[in-house]
Amino acid sequence: MSGAGGLDVRLPIGGLFSVLGVLLVGYGVATRGDAEKYARSLQVNINLWWGVAMLAFGVFMLVMARRGRVMGPGGPPPPPIS
Amino acid sequence: MDSAPVTQIATIDYVVMAIYFVAVLGVGFGLRRVMKTSTDFFLSGRSLPPWVTGLAFISANLGAQEVIGMGASGAKYGIATSHFYWIGAIPAMVFVGLFMMPFYYGSRARSVPEYLKLRFDEKTRTLNAATFAVMTIFSSGISLYAMGKLFHLLLGWSFDVSIVVSAAIVLSYILLGGLTSAIYNEVLQFFLIAFGFAPLVWLGLKSTGGWGGLSARLSEIAVARGMPSGAYTNTWQGMGSAATNSIGVEWFGLVMGLGFVLSFGYWCTDFLVVQRAMAADSMTAARRTPLIAAIPKMFFPFLVILPGMIALALSASGGSGTGQGLIPAKVGPGGGPLLDAAGRIVLDYDLATPMLLVHLFPSGMLGLGLTALLASFMSGMAGNVTAFNTVWTYDLYQSHIRKGASDEHYLWMGRAATVGGIALSVAAAYVAGAFNNIMDLLQLVFAFVNAPLFATFALGMFWKRSTGHGAFTGLLSGTIGAAIHHGLTLPAGAQPGIKGGYFGALHTYPSELAQTFWTAIVAWLTCTVVTIIVSLVTRPRPESELGGLVYSLTPRPSDAALPWLHRPLTLGIVVLVLTAALNMVFF
Repeated sequence: MSGAGGLDVRLPIGGLFSVLGVLLVGYGVATRGDAEKYARSLQVNINLWWGVAMLAFGVFMLVMARRGRVMGPGGPPPPPIS
Repeated sequence: MDSAPVTQIATIDYVVMAIYFVAVLGVGFGLRRVMKTSTDFFLSGRSLPPWVTGLAFISANLGAQEVIGMGASGAKYGIATSHFYWIGAIPAMVFVGLFMMPFYYGSRARSVPEYLKLRFDEKTRTLNAATFAVMTIFSSGISLYAMGKLFHLLLGWSFDVSIVVSAAIVLSYILLGGLTSAIYNEVLQFFLIAFGFAPLVWLGLKSTGGWGGLSARLSEIAVARGMPSGAYTNTWQGMGSAATNSIGVEWFGLVMGLGFVLSFGYWCTDFLVVQRAMAADSMTAARRTPLIAAIPKMFFPFLVILPGMIALALSASGGSGTGQGLIPAKVGPGGGPLLDAAGRIVLDYDLATPMLLVHLFPSGMLGLGLTALLASFMSGMAGNVTAFNTVWTYDLYQSHIRKGASDEHYLWMGRAATVGGIALSVAAAYVAGAFNNIMDLLQLVFAFVNAPLFATFALGMFWKRSTGHGAFTGLLSGTIGAAIHHGLTLPAGAQPGIKGGYFGALHTYPSELAQTFWTAIVAWLTCTVVTIIVSLVTRPRPESELGGLVYSLTPRPSDAALPWLHRPLTLGIVVLVLTAALNMVFF
């Protein structure tokens, strides 16, 4: 169980990070080789590489949300505590 | 405030911010259908899993004070700032999870002040609720003010527009989805802050030549400032005496004042964080909330303190030359750099982390980093506002103004309190802008009010003899004790006034932090002693009324049915061992 009344929190997280990841990857590809722009980040194309990391995290969250929905509340219910 | 902005950002950066705002509002819309009762609105219907409440637990606290303030302290004190985590927050979070949560969650209290009402009496609850409500409003106002000022300075944004827009966004998502919406957005903000700052630290370390290069540069700075060479890169080494470490406190004041009184007082009794655990779906989940939160929390120093240290160590290219590293000097009344009493330049440490962001991130990532900053301001504000609307509605409105109304009415009141709380926060932000000293004064008063709290809760939960009269007089005298101690002491080099000494300076502390820690110790001690004495001469409540509220009269929560790996105690021990290891590594 990952949320109150329907919305699984992993959906908006996965969605946001996937969209931002795609955006940064695209921007990183479009600006690759721009030595002036990447002088700040020590010539690392941080947009491209960090975009890939964010996209991977976003997709992971979406997959987890989907698995949670298909399988229903995972695991046995918590034992009652007196 | 009308100098040219530090930098300009590109369209891509605005697009990143816009996408974030859409996601934040989307969460609110996605949740609006499930807000039917006041329990849904104020307590998320007690339905959230512990990893969600755990991340919200630390994220609600991850406001401007944490992200900007810890970076500033990193630049000022170095890695010793992590005492706020490794001796401060973490042990307190383990304690609240293992020992106190059974009473908060198990008593079915809807707020921390309500626990005080169940355990003690109405007046103790009202005292706590009223001071807490005022403090949340001002904290949220200070956060807004800091945000408006920072974005004006960095990007030239209008102070008014940035304040009104961010307040409107926070207002919309809380109105739509209540506490759940605030918690979901806090989880979102947690990941955004982690992803926004991790590459900053990586690039920062790369440009200073790794931890080795950073230490070498910081030891030069430490020696130049008359401290031992390891002052900025070791946590415990110089703690034997206040003169040999960067924070100017000896180990006892640190461990007792910060580690025990202040941290336990905040993390174990502040409704802002405890409310997140109360939204959990079971007792075990509520107890695991702060324990799960402690795991990322112990690594936060690398995310929020290191940027400040790196900003101090990096040499600015083409800077104005009056600051140090990337950190500019504060502007004095004459337009030149501000000087302290000894004639040294005063640095604007609050700019350490933002300046590093602008220095290392190209457009694209810069948008992400600035969005992470915005997210931290907004999560701090939302945390305060959701705590405020609950305490106002349940502890002040329902118990003093209108008892016994329908649930619908209280749900309506909660929404109205959200609007009111945000309007008051905006007003407080303008007050902060107009009278800077008023804010310093208020924060001082808050410190006096908060310092004795842990004594009241500890005695209430673990000593069945303590009484309502005892708790109430103890709290009041603890606050007064703090004020008297502060009024009789001064940090080295300060003038009597807001820094203390207004009753005459009997004692001088080596630093402001030392004075703060000892003020807290005095407040805690006063509250403990007065509560015990007054309790012993007043009539105790019968034991039959205290079941579920006091340790010795409550059955222990049994974790025997859980696999040992999932038990709160196991988790607590793992957290403490890891924290001890971090203390050793940076000893």
